[in-house]
Amino acid sequence: MPSLDDLKKRIKSVKSTQKITKAMKMVAAAKLRKAQENAERGRPYSQKMQNIIFNLTRSINNTDNAPKLLVGTGKDKTYLCLVLTADRGLCGGFNSNICKLAKINFKKILGDNKNLKIITVGTKGLDQIKREYGKYIIKKFSFKDKKQISFNEADLIGNEIINLFNQNEFDKCILFYNNFKNVITQIPQSHQIIPAENKISQSKDDQLNSYEFEPSEDEILEDLLPKNISTQIFKAFLENAASEQGSRMTAMDNATRNAGDLVDKLTINYNRSRQASITKELIEIISGAESL
Amino acid sequence: MSDKVTIEIISPNGSIIKTEAKEVTIPSYEGEMGILKNHIPLITFLRPGIIKIKGDSEKIFFVEEGTVEFVNNNLLILTSSAKQISDMNKNLLNNLIKESEEKIQKDEMSDKERYLLSYKIQTLKNINP
Repeated sequence: MPSLDDLKKRIKSVKSTQKITKAMKMVAAAKLRKAQENAERGRPYSQKMQNIIFNLTRSINNTDNAPKLLVGTGKDKTYLCLVLTADRGLCGGFNSNICKLAKINFKKILGDNKNLKIITVGTKGLDQIKREYGKYIIKKFSFKDKKQISFNEADLIGNEIINLFNQNEFDKCILFYNNFKNVITQIPQSHQIIPAENKISQSKDDQLNSYEFEPSEDEILEDLLPKNISTQIFKAFLENAASEQGSRMTAMDNATRNAGDLVDKLTINYNRSRQASITKELIEIISGAESL
Repeated sequence: MSDKVTIEIISPNGSIIKTEAKEVTIPSYEGEMGILKNHIPLITFLRPGIIKIKGDSEKIFFVEEGTVEFVNNNLLILTSSAKQISDMNKNLLNNLIKESEEKIQKDEMSDKERYLLSYKIQTLKNINP
């Protein structure tokens, strides 16, 4: 049985922890609103961009001459995995969920005897991945000092990827991030960006449009494809930022609640042992008086 | 039957405008381009210039770059730099002009960039908010 003093100290420390988690929750909630807004406003742009690319892909008949960014190198030997995580912890399963999904994919890629290359964004993902897959990591980014990630950062990474692609460093590029569904649900997702994933169903073919291009088709594709990659990365960033705050908010909310429960339990314990000691003292006095 | 096309301008930070209009003029990469209803499907780039939307009321935007897609009488403009002229003031304009002029003085740019930048300056100078 811990002494009264010990219990008192415990209660105090749990209470101060509760204060911290409560504050973190409120900060996360405030940031979440902004991040969520950004993510939701950014969605149409990336979606429409992807649409244009799809339409372009369909209108191309001769795949031999098409840019490699669009149709791929024709091989699938080397995979480049881009893992987007947060720079801060204390956000529940946010980082580990992405890493878990990424690791499952890594295993599959390596199991198929393919080469694996990893680029990590955010320090938390790096920490989790480097233990097992450290030797595959070729680059790491961290925007810890940036308050808000802008398009420039996404562009930076996009250009890096395109550079690597042009040097034939990899054949396929997959992006891992958390998709923000709502405050309590974030879904880890993998998204192939090179070559552009062709999700459209064939049934849409009837409304195939032959586009007029100005300037030429090649020039447009050449400009649009890198832009699309940066846009997709940026979208993943936005989704990730919103997910991180959402995840942190729920995690901190739970922590605050748990701390409250713990304080209640400890207080009962404390009162009980206080009562016991008083009773004990009383018995001692009474039995002392009786013996006189 | 209406003779209008739907126009949507979207930036990475959200939708800027969605409206209907009779005619839209866009600064396509190879020259000004007017778009009316039933234009054939088109994909093109923008150079710095002015987008004019002629509907019930005329709206004018300044853009630096962007991608345009026209399908089924829907005009989609993806750009990260659209600004409505009525929201701009002299100070901002002058700053932009100065910035661009300083940039064009430097040598380290390709002909394409120089071409685009010179258009930007020219357009900015013609704007009178």
